[in-house]
Amino acid sequence: MAITIKDVEHVAKLARLEFEENEILAFTEKLDAIVGYVEMLNAVNVENVDPTYHILPVKNRFREDEIQASLERDAVLTNAPDRRGGCFRVPRVVE
Amino acid sequence: MNKNMYEWTLHEARQALRDGQVTSVALTEAIFERIEAVEPKIDAFITLLKEEALESARAADAAFARGEDLGDLHGVPIAIKDNMCTTGIPTTCASKMLENFRPPYDGTVVAKLKAAGAVIVGKTNLDEFAMGSSTENSAFKVTRNPWNTNYVPGGSSGGSAASVSAGAAYASLGSDTGGSIRQPASLCGLVGLKPTYGLVSRYGLVAFASSLDQIGPFTKDVEDCAIMMNAIAGYDVKDGTSIQQEKPDYKAALIDDVKGLRIGLPKEFFGEGIAQEVKDAVHAAAKIYETLGATVEEVSIPNAGYALPIYYIIASSECSSNLARFDGVRYGFRAPEFEDFNDLFAKTRTQGFGEEVKRRIMLGTYALSSGYYDAYYNKAMKVRTLLKQDFDRAFESVDVLLTPTSPTVAFKIGEKTDNPLEMYMSDICTVPINIAGVPAMSLPCGFSEGLPIGMQLIGKHFDEKTILRAAYAYEQHTGYAQQRPSL
Amino acid sequence: MSEMKFKTLVGLEIHAELATASKMFCGCTTTYGGDVNTHCCPICLGLPGTLPVVNKRAIEFAIQTGLAFNAKIAKKSKMDRKNYFYPDLVKAFQISQYDMPLCEHGHVDIETAAGRKRIGIQRIHIEEDTGKSLHAEDGSSLLDYNRCGVPLIEIVTMPDMSSAEEAGAFLELLKSTLEYIEVSDCKMEQGSLRCDVNVNVVSEDGTVKSNITEIKNLNSFKAAMKAIEFETKRHVELLERGENTLKETRRWDDAKNETFHMRTKEFVQDYRYFPEPDIVDFEIDADWIERLELELPELPEARKHRFISEYGIPEYDAGVLTSTRQMADYFETLAIRVGDGKLSSNWIMTELMRRLKEEGLELDALRFTVEQFAELIAMVKDGTLNQNAAKKVFRRLFEEGGEPKAIVEAEGLVQTSDTSLIKETVDSVLGANPQSVEDYKNGKDRAFGFLVGQVMKASKGKANPQVVNELLAEALKNL
Repeated sequence: MAITIKDVEHVAKLARLEFEENEILAFTEKLDAIVGYVEMLNAVNVENVDPTYHILPVKNRFREDEIQASLERDAVLTNAPDRRGGCFRVPRVVE
Repeated sequence: MNKNMYEWTLHEARQALRDGQVTSVALTEAIFERIEAVEPKIDAFITLLKEEALESARAADAAFARGEDLGDLHGVPIAIKDNMCTTGIPTTCASKMLENFRPPYDGTVVAKLKAAGAVIVGKTNLDEFAMGSSTENSAFKVTRNPWNTNYVPGGSSGGSAASVSAGAAYASLGSDTGGSIRQPASLCGLVGLKPTYGLVSRYGLVAFASSLDQIGPFTKDVEDCAIMMNAIAGYDVKDGTSIQQEKPDYKAALIDDVKGLRIGLPKEFFGEGIAQEVKDAVHAAAKIYETLGATVEEVSIPNAGYALPIYYIIASSECSSNLARFDGVRYGFRAPEFEDFNDLFAKTRTQGFGEEVKRRIMLGTYALSSGYYDAYYNKAMKVRTLLKQDFDRAFESVDVLLTPTSPTVAFKIGEKTDNPLEMYMSDICTVPINIAGVPAMSLPCGFSEGLPIGMQLIGKHFDEKTILRAAYAYEQHTGYAQQRPSL
Repeated sequence: MSEMKFKTLVGLEIHAELATASKMFCGCTTTYGGDVNTHCCPICLGLPGTLPVVNKRAIEFAIQTGLAFNAKIAKKSKMDRKNYFYPDLVKAFQISQYDMPLCEHGHVDIETAAGRKRIGIQRIHIEEDTGKSLHAEDGSSLLDYNRCGVPLIEIVTMPDMSSAEEAGAFLELLKSTLEYIEVSDCKMEQGSLRCDVNVNVVSEDGTVKSNITEIKNLNSFKAAMKAIEFETKRHVELLERGENTLKETRRWDDAKNETFHMRTKEFVQDYRYFPEPDIVDFEIDADWIERLELELPELPEARKHRFISEYGIPEYDAGVLTSTRQMADYFETLAIRVGDGKLSSNWIMTELMRRLKEEGLELDALRFTVEQFAELIAMVKDGTLNQNAAKKVFRRLFEEGGEPKAIVEAEGLVQTSDTSLIKETVDSVLGANPQSVEDYKNGKDRAFGFLVGQVMKASKGKANPQVVNELLAEALKNL
């Protein structure tokens, strides 16, 4: 299966990344090579094999419903690129 | 001792402090002198913390004067990879995206080091967001191998490795997702351990691949490694994947006795892709083990050849999700110009991330996208099961596995940067370990043209003690640990 | 175009904030209100390096919700990541549940005009809430992450409701059930209960079907009902014209009483769900479920039926009294103290609820205790007070509070049943109203009531009405 520039453009939208016209071809080729490589997994027979999402046999890790101190607001906003009125400021969010 | 202070091992430095032979301030000053001397050549650090370090050193000396002893790290200069959160101190992940990010909290392991009285000298360079095998993907600088500064130190924890190798710290912390501690340890002639998944808390480690990441130490010898493990291992209530179990004393594993130890050499790790000198060095190590009373046999990890594709699918998929939070809203880089909030996201991420990071995000987004999940992510997770079963089976007949760490010794700076796939091949011996979640250590076992060769000891889940014992015994009967670059 | 008959299909998607003390994955408080960005920590801000740890109580609340709605509780469950970009989503993914929700295949039975109807509940799962954006005057948005990370349950129904009324009945029952089991305070105005509606219509013969419309921005049950009615009409009109609705999301405008097309999202949504690697799986065993089931209070339906049989009150009353947990608890406490369910029910329904409604107050705003109320009602039951006097006392209690016995004494409200005294009053009233006596003898029954009123007035309302009736009737007979 070959990765095309169209594929890259679609995936880039999903990932909120932009590529310049002069770089997208080279990027597509490199990505295509990698995808081609990982496709060697197609050959593996995984009939009746369960996926291993968690490597250790741990279940039910919970915390008790206890309140802990929150951060001071200054600490919350300390790295904010733009702040106003105790909030983080961004361009208009439209529903 | 007629070594320079910076040449001591961690335990020697600690002993000198305990004996009153030297103060922590003097030790720290000596380290900073060494840093000043070598940094222009190796560029291991992103942020140096001289003021803070001296303050910690003074506090340590005051504590010693009061007769207090917080343990084996008290008063000892340590370096930390710059993807671990340190309160108020830039934690950049070697990325423009986090160049000025100052976390309002300490990661758990950082907090543990501080509580143990360690002196933190600085944050070390890495491949951006820990993605890479040479530290050439850093947005800020390229770190150089102290053994030969035209060569890479390995990656992604290149700065942590180079700093210890060059004597700029007694030990350092790195992170390992596909080999990022072990491979630089191998290339820089150090002991580097990736603990069992779940043994060391990931809280505070900027996530790359959540299922695979682990924090571990770089040290000059195995005893130092045990000391570091005692300090950092253990259950953390803030990490839902951290294991609750009785914490062993890793120093108790330092026994020079491998009689009856069953060592397996998995044949798949000695194939064509591995340089001959590397294979020879590892086989020589196996011979030494035999003379020490261990048995050596060939075993098989049949699905090892699929480890790299499994790794790249899982790691990229998870990192595409983990790095989505970098959107310019709450912290980090924000693009100077944008039209609406989606444009803010796109411009910020495009300008803030480097090429390799973008490549992995793209690969991961693709693998998880509609229609592809079963073919890639889910498939990789199933083959993962097969690979884990291979390790389980192998460990039925042997206690540890012995393999090369890296297929080659260090390569030249710039040599593999044009070919991502070729760079990915550097991880061929290390990634199966992350996929299976087992622990593994790299330690030096030879040289080739002045560059270190590392061997990898792989153990069962939570059997770091057997690895430490095997490594310690080997070290006691060879001289590689004592060799240091002539920087 | 022939007049086709159409059936409406309504499905609901409800989000309810869980009443845990702390957030889903961190220890920040879930308390409502609070200055912006003061209930946040590195975890719920999604700062790099942080990890989520699951609040056990949230899982238990979700399981209890499933039990209350007759759902099957999953033996194995997990969390998944739902990936999308939005300023109020700090990690750019929401930790939710995709293919293994905690509960599935439940139902509730609602009362409709045509009788009981079963509404299927497809699934109940748990997830975290997002932050909130506030609009600034300069056209930018300000983000407050106080609510980010608050635990939510999402309840998805089957499209089993056929009208706005049925949807309304379902929502009321849902709300009261959640309040009963105390997993959510269900305050729609505070955003702790949110509802989206999916509507379409199908012709009776099944041949013509409209595309489903999703309706958002509903801030009350009434709005949901109005929106359903509006949409049903809109769908039917389009189909009758030979057209169809678009499969789209529309926004309800409460001021204009209509729905509007919501701006279609520029980017196609592909959530790229995958299992949350930072959270290990859940295994829910029968013991745990049993313990949670035992913890459950009696549910509204069961309580209603018990009130009918145990306290002998009519179904309608029982329904009103069990509409909220608070009121049901109040009634039962009162009924037990008074020792008379019917009487207690009457007093609550005619006096208490009326005043509460008039003043717009809740039960917890009462100035008198349930014990004091019981005391008052007991005085009616044992004849100490007549109805009017009791109402006077109730009025005082409601408006000012106080001790019923003290009020009765202070105002001299004890009714008199002294026959001779009343007879005297009866005689004097009869003497003073010869015309009424005449009218009564001529068959005007109304005159009797007038005379009773005069006796009550003369006795300053203290005479026992029953005795007055008896004595007056007897006296008139003898005239």
